[in-house]
Amino acid sequence: MTRNNALRWTVLLAAASVLAACQSAPKPQPETSPPPAAPAADAAGASSDVQTVRRPPPVSGTPLPGTVQDFVINASDRVFFDVDQYEVRPDAAVVLERQAAWLRRYPAVQVRIEGNADERGTREYNLALGSRRANAVREHLIGLGISPARISTISFGKERPLDPGADEEAFKRNRNARTAIASGAR
Amino acid sequence: MRMSAAALIFAGLVMTGALLGPAQARAEIEVDVNRGDLRPLPVSIPAFSGDRGADIAGVIADNLGRSGLFAPVDPAGNQAEVSTEPDFPVWTALGAQALVNGAATLVDGRLQVDFRLWDTFAGQQLLGLQFTSTPENWRRVAHKISDAVYERLTGEKGYFDTRVVFVSETGGRLNRTLRLAVMDQDGANPSYLTDGSEIVLSPRFSASSQQITYMSLRQDGSAVFLLNLETGRRESLGQFSGMVFAPRFSPDGSQVAFALERNGNSDIWVMNLVNRQSRRLTSDPAIDTSPAFSPDGSRIAFNSDRGGSPQLYVMDANGGGARRISFGEGRYTSPVWSPAGDFIAFTRQGGGQFHIGIMRPDGSDERTLTSSYMDEGPTWAPNGRVLLFSRQEAGGEPRLWTVDVTGRILKPAPYAGGASDPAWSPLFN
Repeated sequence: MTRNNALRWTVLLAAASVLAACQSAPKPQPETSPPPAAPAADAAGASSDVQTVRRPPPVSGTPLPGTVQDFVINASDRVFFDVDQYEVRPDAAVVLERQAAWLRRYPAVQVRIEGNADERGTREYNLALGSRRANAVREHLIGLGISPARISTISFGKERPLDPGADEEAFKRNRNARTAIASGAR
Repeated sequence: MRMSAAALIFAGLVMTGALLGPAQARAEIEVDVNRGDLRPLPVSIPAFSGDRGADIAGVIADNLGRSGLFAPVDPAGNQAEVSTEPDFPVWTALGAQALVNGAATLVDGRLQVDFRLWDTFAGQQLLGLQFTSTPENWRRVAHKISDAVYERLTGEKGYFDTRVVFVSETGGRLNRTLRLAVMDQDGANPSYLTDGSEIVLSPRFSASSQQITYMSLRQDGSAVFLLNLETGRRESLGQFSGMVFAPRFSPDGSQVAFALERNGNSDIWVMNLVNRQSRRLTSDPAIDTSPAFSPDGSRIAFNSDRGGSPQLYVMDANGGGARRISFGEGRYTSPVWSPAGDFIAFTRQGGGQFHIGIMRPDGSDERTLTSSYMDEGPTWAPNGRVLLFSRQEAGGEPRLWTVDVTGRILKPAPYAGGASDPAWSPLFN
C-alpha cells in the first residue's frame, strides 16, 4: 500500500520535475543546421504562414492527503540537532508542530522515530546519543498531544547517514531524528 | 578445526634450549617488546623441507615480520637441513641473528613438522619442537611455530594462533552492507557469519571460548546475540523493552554486560547466562554505555557523559563505587581492559582527531598511540602487546590497523576490505 503510493508519487514527481525543467531551461540550440526543407522565418516578421506548436500546459503534482509523501513534504520528516545535543531546537519545534498536526489528522498512523548522529563519535556512544534524540522527539510529540502508544523509537547511531560527506555541513545534516511512518498511512 | 591433539611433543631438543645458560649469549638476541623503537631482530626462515615446507616458512616469516619486532632476512637461496647443525657463518654473513629451520613430513596421513630455533652468533639452539596435525591444518601449525618462536625470543606469549571477528563494510556510505566476518589474525580464511540483511555491530569474543556476542539492529528494534563459531549455534539474549547494545562477556564467559536504553536513557546491565537473570548496574540519567570487565571480573570500565562529556569510569562489578579515570583533553569512549589487567585501551577524540590510547586502570600513565580522522574501537591481542582498531580517512571506508602498546609499530592489518569493530580471539587451546 505504502510502497504503491511511494512508487506512484515518485513517478508523478519525476514527471512534474521533467516538465518544470522543460519550462525553465533555455531552449536547446540545435547542433546541426536545420533541415533544408524547413521554412525559414522571415526577418520582417511575416509569420502568418509559420506553423507553431504550442507547449502543453504545465502539470503540477501534489501528494494525496494522508500518504507518506504528504507527511514528508507537507509536514517534513526530519528535525536536526546541535553537536552532542538532544534538546529540541526552536526550528525543530516548528517542524514537530506540523508533524503533530498531521498525526492528529490521521490518527491511525503509527510512527517510528529514528535517532541519528554524525560520524564524529564512536559507535556505541552514538547509538546512545541517537536514542536520546529519538526519545526527545517522542516526548515532544507526546507533549503536543500524540498518544505515546503511537510512537516507537530506534537509534541508528552513525550507521545510517543522510549525507555521505565528511564536512561540517554533512555532520549537521546527519545529526537528526527522522519520523518514519511505520503504518496507517493512506 | 581444532588441533585437539596438537601434541606439542618436546623432542628432547627443547631441553637444550632450556639449558642455555650463558646470559650473554641470550642477551644478544633477546627482543624487548616494551621498546618498539629497537631495531627489529633479523631472523632468517628458509623454506622448510617437504610438502608445504615453503608455505609454512612463509607464514612464519609474515607473522614475525608483521609484529614489527622481527625482520625476516632473505635466505638468499641457502638451505638449512633440520637434522644437522646449521652452518652458522652462512647465516651470520646474511645478518641473521636467529634462524628458524624445519621439515614437514607426512606420517601416516598426518602432517608432522619439526623445527628448531637457533642463535646464529652464539651457535646455539634455543628451541626444538615438533607439531603434528592434519595436512590441511598447515597454516595453524605455522602459527603455532610463530608463537613458539615469539615467546622464546621475547619472553611474552605469542598471538598468532588466533582469529579476529569484525564487521565487514561494503557498498557506498549511503548504502552500506554490514556483515559479521571472521578471519585468521593474518587475514587468511576470511568468511562471513551473517548475510548482510541487518545492521550488525560490536562483535566481542569470549576470553575463554570460540564464542562471540554481538548486536543486531533493525528498524523494528535491536537484539544481542550469542554465536558459537564452532557449532554455528546462535541465540538471542532475549526481548528487552528498549534498545540493547554494546555487549561484552565477563572473563569467565558466564555473564554478558550490555547497555540498555529506556526512554532515551542508556544504563549498564549485566545478564547471568546460566539463569538468564538481568541486573541493572547503573541508574544515572546520563548516557552509560560500552561496559568492559577487568580480567579478574571484579570491576567494569564503562563510558558515561554524566560529567558533561563522554569520559571513562571504573566501577565494581556489582555496580558500586563508580569513579572517573579519564582526565585528559577531549572525549573518551570505548574502554577495553587488557588481558593482563594492567591497561585500559580506549578511543579519545581531541584536537579534531580520533586517537587510540591506553592508560592504567586508575587513569595514570596515559599514552596516545595513534591519531587520524577516525580511529576507533580498539581490541587487544591476547598477549596484551598489540591492539587492532579501525581507521577511516575522511570520506573513506574504515580499514583495520594494528598498533603495538608503544605506539611505534603501526601497520594496516592484513585485510584489504572495508572493516570495523574488530575483536581479537583468545589463543586457541
